Amino acid sequence: MATATGAPKASFRLSMLLYDTRYRSMTIQVVVLLLFMAGVAWLVDNTIRNLETLGKDFSYGFLWNRAGYDINQTLVQYSNDSTHARAMLVGLLNTLLVAFMSCAAATVLGLIIGVLRLSPNWIIGRLTTVYVEVFRNIPVLLWILVAYAIFTEVMPPPNAFRGDTPTASMILFDSVALTNRYTAVPDPLFSRSLGNIDLGLFLVSVDLLAIIVVITGSILANRAILARATRVQNATGIRPVTWWKSLAVLVLPLLLLLVALGFHVERPQLRGFNFTGGINVSNSLMALWLGLTLYTTAFIAEIVRAGIASVSHGQTEAAFALGLRPGHTMRLVILPQALRVIVPPLISQYLNITKNSSLAIAVGYMDLRGTLGGITLNQTGRELEAVLLMMLIYLAISLVISGVMNLYNNSVKLKER
Amino acid sequence: MSDTHAETVAYVRETMLPQAAPPVSEVGAVKWLRENLFSGVLNTILTLVGIAVVIWLAQAALPWFLHGVWKANSLPECRQIIAERWGEGAHGACWAVIRERWNQFLFGFYPSELYWRPVLALVLLFVALAPILFSQLPRKLIRGSALYPAVAYILLWGGSLWVPLMAMAGFVVGWAGAALGRRTGLPLVAPLAAVLLPILWWLFAAGPVADQLDRLFPLWVREVRSDAFGGFVLSITIGVAAISLSLPLGIVLALGRRSDMLLVKALSVGFIEFIRGVPLITLLFTASLLLNYFLPPGTNFDIILRVIIMVTLFAAAYIAEVIRGGLAALPRGQYEAADSLGLDYWKSMRLIVLPQALKISIPGIVSTFIGLFKDTTLVIFVGLLDPLKGITDAVRASIEWKGIYWEPFMFVGAIFFIFNFGMSRYSMYLEGKLKRDHR
Repeated sequence: MATATGAPKASFRLSMLLYDTRYRSMTIQVVVLLLFMAGVAWLVDNTIRNLETLGKDFSYGFLWNRAGYDINQTLVQYSNDSTHARAMLVGLLNTLLVAFMSCAAATVLGLIIGVLRLSPNWIIGRLTTVYVEVFRNIPVLLWILVAYAIFTEVMPPPNAFRGDTPTASMILFDSVALTNRYTAVPDPLFSRSLGNIDLGLFLVSVDLLAIIVVITGSILANRAILARATRVQNATGIRPVTWWKSLAVLVLPLLLLLVALGFHVERPQLRGFNFTGGINVSNSLMALWLGLTLYTTAFIAEIVRAGIASVSHGQTEAAFALGLRPGHTMRLVILPQALRVIVPPLISQYLNITKNSSLAIAVGYMDLRGTLGGITLNQTGRELEAVLLMMLIYLAISLVISGVMNLYNNSVKLKER
Repeated sequence: MSDTHAETVAYVRETMLPQAAPPVSEVGAVKWLRENLFSGVLNTILTLVGIAVVIWLAQAALPWFLHGVWKANSLPECRQIIAERWGEGAHGACWAVIRERWNQFLFGFYPSELYWRPVLALVLLFVALAPILFSQLPRKLIRGSALYPAVAYILLWGGSLWVPLMAMAGFVVGWAGAALGRRTGLPLVAPLAAVLLPILWWLFAAGPVADQLDRLFPLWVREVRSDAFGGFVLSITIGVAAISLSLPLGIVLALGRRSDMLLVKALSVGFIEFIRGVPLITLLFTASLLLNYFLPPGTNFDIILRVIIMVTLFAAAYIAEVIRGGLAALPRGQYEAADSLGLDYWKSMRLIVLPQALKISIPGIVSTFIGLFKDTTLVIFVGLLDPLKGITDAVRASIEWKGIYWEPFMFVGAIFFIFNFGMSRYSMYLEGKLKRDHR
């Protein structure tokens, strides 16, 4: 009579480390860990030995030394007597400035071109396709260099604007002058300014703070008005008219504040050989902005097109069948579904813009790469420290951008069970 | 009754009418125009704006193209010819710079009597790629393609034939080790031999053996140093090498990121997120400035090789993310089916999961490749002469071509466009070919 023997005794043999799937992953991980540690130790050991050979140490003390070089475009006070750390801050802010400007412009343009690409109109469809294919398939460096060449080679010198019969004229109602050295744009000024607060690191304009506070307040108030209208609608079935209240709440306080602060725009004026009065934006910034924007617009246009095309036409028809107006259909049905597809790749485009802004070096714009990774590195000879710090800062920027955009993505993504 | 009833109908047609022509607005050009250009107020406005843009572009650019000069020795001469032929103040392209300097744009400072070598390498590249790209060709040709790296290295850099041959021999050593290990019948000997023997061979044996063979049978091809590389030879060398190396690395990283093993996963995630978070320029900087710190004192190896390594790591992180998307998009049932067939991890990945996941990821992989090829222009910032800025600056530095901007940009841009557009069209062809769902 056959008897069932008990389960084999659980005994551990050394070969089970390799053949038993329960233990094998542990073995592999231990081996990987050992290899990884060995690799890191090897690199660190090499670095220490190399530093010793060169007679260098590893320290960030150089950041507090005098920088001794000038930066043509700064958002905060800076002179060549400032420290390397200050120069790094200036570079970081310049990186963020051009990245922000390019993101904003590329999003708007990309939205327009992406929508136009879906248009049944043959000419528009072809034109936008050509735009997208041409700009996507050619390196961004070329577009930046082309933009720079346009600004420096094609634009007239400032003195061409002079005289009774000038050969060049300003554009946009005599407010912007494109020259081969800089772009003169109007300067927003406050005649009754509230002054600045010194934060130690940089100055913050109280006027700007006041404007931000007022706009935030207006938006919150408007939300309250709309929420109240919805409550009334839910209770009585009739939605009170709110557009004039919203308009008043949104516009009037800001207008009052601007009048109180004495807001006016100072146009650039040609005095002598140069434009004064406005802000003279360096052409390297303009070229970088233009190049990055045109290039990224092509990618964003494709993302927008794919996003809208991913919402099936049945959705529109269903919304119409429910009696929604076209505006509501777009806002309540199409857009939420399209955004779900659009936002994740849009995040990576914003990251790409930030990373591509390091091409500023090609046109001499002093971004983080130009200050910390450029002149500071060359002056102090601290390659290791400067490049590591620069990588760390770029990494931090990328993580912050993707973190913020992921928060937004969570608010639009498909809510699953 | 029935007779009278029949009489009540006044008229019955007995013949068919011939088909009338459709209304004018429903056929031919008119219909097309109505449907595609003037179907509404908005559409009409868009059409007019589009036509205006086209006319404006043509007005700005067409004369410039038509006035182009192909035969001249310098930019002033070009301008003079244009002024003579089309009158004072006429603008025109000076294509003569391309005619004079095309060799620099394509080959950099590669010795001109050896131009056939990079050209042959490019032709052989397509020959080697053909069996991989087009499945109609016999599969066995792929074995020949495996030899291509050594051939390309000899053609591009020259030097002793034994160096690349011994490097390739590492794979043979690994294969032989695996075969012998399998014969011993002992477990684990074969895979260990396949991995360890080639590494040992490369680290300790390959160099001395190549030296000895070189002393016994000197087989030399004229050497070209890396600093002679430039233009599209440089771009394509870096691009092709990095593309072919980054795909396997990217697959490994993607599998690592989806692994159940915590440590492997953490390392993969850390690597991918670090690389994706920093600009390529900083990595190239690391290659040119920091590798001297990280490697044992006294090591110094070729700058092009360093750049290829860095570009490969950069692209691999992006490809890993693309493939991770493909792996995630695959229905869970496929993984479970592979497990239920009793396949181990590598077999299930190789036979079931990866073929499908890679197929889904093709568009993303190819656009990463296109991005990589475009990014090869960034090598200018570590002192290599890329075609876009390095060579155009070099051309502009000569007295004859001082101040020439648009023509070199257009030439270089056009070549990049052809390569990248070709790649994206190929990916669309491949997508269509591999489609297995309902059409």
